[in-house]
Amino acid sequence: MSTQTPAKRRGGHRVWGPPLLLITPTIVVLGVFVYGLIGANLNTSFQDRHTRGPSEGYVGFENYALLFSDDTFLYSLRNLLLYTGTFLLGTLILGFMWAWLLEKGVRGESLFRAVYLFPMAVSFIASGVVWRWLLNNAEGDRSSGLNRLFGSLGLDFLQNPWWTHERWGIMAIALPAVWQLSGYVMALFLAGFRGIPEELREAGRIDGATEWQLYRHVLFPQLSPVALSAIIIIGHMSLKVFDLIMAIAGQTNYTTQVPATQMWVEFTRGDYAKSAAIGTVLLLIVAVLIVPYLVATYRSERRR
Amino acid sequence: MSTAATVKSVPQARPSKSASPPTAKSAVARTVKYALLLLFLCIILMPAYVLFVTSFKGIGDATPTRAWQLPTEWYFGGWDRAWDVLAPALGRTFSMVIPAAVISAFIGSMNGFVLSRWRFPGADIVFTLILFGMFIPYQAVMIPLVQLMQALSVPSGVPSLIVLHVVYGLPITTLIFRNYYAGVPHELIESARVDGANMLRTYRSIILPISMPAFVVVLMWQFTSAWNDYLFALFFSNSRNGPVTISLNFLASGQLQDYSASMAGALIASVPTLLVYILLGRYFVGGLMAGSVKG
Repeated sequence: MSTQTPAKRRGGHRVWGPPLLLITPTIVVLGVFVYGLIGANLNTSFQDRHTRGPSEGYVGFENYALLFSDDTFLYSLRNLLLYTGTFLLGTLILGFMWAWLLEKGVRGESLFRAVYLFPMAVSFIASGVVWRWLLNNAEGDRSSGLNRLFGSLGLDFLQNPWWTHERWGIMAIALPAVWQLSGYVMALFLAGFRGIPEELREAGRIDGATEWQLYRHVLFPQLSPVALSAIIIIGHMSLKVFDLIMAIAGQTNYTTQVPATQMWVEFTRGDYAKSAAIGTVLLLIVAVLIVPYLVATYRSERRR
Repeated sequence: MSTAATVKSVPQARPSKSASPPTAKSAVARTVKYALLLLFLCIILMPAYVLFVTSFKGIGDATPTRAWQLPTEWYFGGWDRAWDVLAPALGRTFSMVIPAAVISAFIGSMNGFVLSRWRFPGADIVFTLILFGMFIPYQAVMIPLVQLMQALSVPSGVPSLIVLHVVYGLPITTLIFRNYYAGVPHELIESARVDGANMLRTYRSIILPISMPAFVVVLMWQFTSAWNDYLFALFFSNSRNGPVTISLNFLASGQLQDYSASMAGALIASVPTLLVYILLGRYFVGGLMAGSVKG
């Protein structure tokens, strides 16, 4: 893209006034609401402010030290990791598989696509209503939801306590998330498949590649940028998981604690310093995923 | 990110040029393929079936043994109870979501226009910093945000939520429009400049009229994400002045598990976004993909 310098030809020097004026309000507002508030939150997290009252002064990193020696917080970090792993793996596998199945065109493609994608339009709160019912932890005669379905299909061994399980409960919360977002990942991969030039396939066929070799060595490698996008998008959504847990398990349930729910609980208790510290930790975790991506984006912008 | 892939729907399959003659092996493969597609179709629709069926069940009909069966008699009490709780919230949600989507779309469109055309010094870093705002967990700004909104005396409920959805919607709306405008031919804008049109006039007379596809995507994305938001709603409203997600969760998490009303409520709360999705579904994928798929 050639660089556009509107005023250069008029006087020989650059006049950036009008475009800057147009974008300045956004820069100021985001400067305050994003960067200013991140700073203010950081500031709160360094203070002795564990009630709704005013701060009792600065305590340095004490709030963070307390967090990382708190078993519940470490448990919630571990939960977040487990949830994100399940969510990412589930959506990537299903999304990729659906795209692959649909890729060459099947009868009724638009119906399959529409159905696979529709859960994305629903809020986590609304889907949480039905998934709380599906993931009911009662087993045996009292069971309902999925456990009841497994029972009536003779698959009793699949019955389990779902999100109330102390070690793996959080993975049950990832099920509805996978249900909601796999279709989105499918759409990403489908667009990726269809963006591959036909000549590449033709060339592969002329070289005598079997259908499988064609996919394995020619088409799949073309999709790695799509996979990366999907990991960034799903990953950052996953690290912020909150609504689903609130809707299915509620804020006080121990087995489904994650930093976001703890942050809310501490906030309602008036422990602003601890709440702010949890928020900062969450920001750092998301930054680990996002910043490399932003840096790469910035570099490619520079080359543009 | 050299994407021009902004506003595109999922493309249709190209007709395969080398249709190989059908063999027994490919017939099996095709059967397996359709069987898998149908199996997943059923799995995806299963929660929708449960929602629908349970919402019509009477109090005694929602027992575990009958969990997966159709109602013995179709009963609308759950829908009545859900409607009573959600109706006021639905109105509030519309009055919050529509302005939020429209305002953030317009500002995003102007920003996108500027960022796609004028490489002022530091434009790249400004763009990257704006982009970061799209990804932050709002928990990391929430406590000072609550204080800031109180200091600005923005009333809790709809007004607060409009402000927040506009502000935190700016990164994605700017991104989508910027990528869209980057694909607009230069000649179009050059021709306006020869006529002596200034920037704002160029925007109004040339850019706005060709922006409809991007507006559809942005409005849809903003509408859906504001409608489905729960986090901001939780911090900045309550069940008396808040949006439908708050009322729905209030209805569904009561001590008495009123399953038929909760499920009817979940369906009611999802109707607007599902309608948007059905009517404009082709564009649905546009949103986040716009910025992230290398074109």
